[in-house]
Amino acid sequence: MLKNLTNVQVWVHDQDEALAFYTEKLGMELRDDVTVPEMGNFRWLTVGVPGQPDVALTLMAVPGPPVFDADTRDQIKALMAKGAAGGLFFSTEDCQTSYEELKSRGVEFQQEPMEQPYGVDAGFRDTSGNQMRMVQLK
Amino acid sequence: MTSVPPARHLLRAKDLVDARYREPLDVPTLARAAHVSPAHFSREFRRAFGETPHQYLLTRRMERAAALLRNTDRTVADICLTVGLRSIGSFTTSFGRTFGLSPTAYRAAHPPATDRARIPTCVLLAHARPQSSSFREDSRMQPG
Repeated sequence: MLKNLTNVQVWVHDQDEALAFYTEKLGMELRDDVTVPEMGNFRWLTVGVPGQPDVALTLMAVPGPPVFDADTRDQIKALMAKGAAGGLFFSTEDCQTSYEELKSRGVEFQQEPMEQPYGVDAGFRDTSGNQMRMVQLK
Repeated sequence: MTSVPPARHLLRAKDLVDARYREPLDVPTLARAAHVSPAHFSREFRRAFGETPHQYLLTRRMERAAALLRNTDRTVADICLTVGLRSIGSFTTSFGRTFGLSPTAYRAAHPPATDRARIPTCVLLAHARPQSSSFREDSRMQPG
């Protein structure tokens, strides 16, 4: 049967921009950055949270033909820009401190730290428009 | 660098509504966040998200008010001001039109969802926002 979740794919608007955001602003580590010339320069780009080596985020550029026709590609890009292409949930030891640190690095927050029934959480977006949350559970 | 789709800027205006619905937000403020001229902003917002910024703001306020009625014991007047509305009369009218119940009847009918499952607040916030009435008008106008 299934054993572990290893990779979660995130569509990104621009891989260089996303890599800079996830590593320099969110503090993740680069795991793989492999470009495959025989596959139209397909770039397998993954990052992860330090200390959690068995789960990586795959920062995936939205492909055009032959993977997706141009309309499909443009629809995905449009959904991403509208914040409708999914999101990620993280945990944090201290939501307020993390918020201040991330904000000082220029992360765009949708929601400042708020007390919730389950702890304290805050919401932000990556550069592509994907929704991100961090929660400090009770 | 790939050029940024205009909707990414419009999303910032939508996020601004979600973050600052307590304040008297106006079109110029939202348009500035979206890098769109005030004259074009409402139309562009509607094209991207299917409702006007005014409708989005009002339904966000209604959603927040409903959440406060369910999850706190604060007074209706206090909740009205907290969600950025100044007139209790128009708050009660909008609330009744949106949920089909007065604020106090709504409170009595709905215990907090978090009593039943540990659902992140952002998920509740996204899913509990009522549809504005023009959504129904739009769907009536569409064939099929």
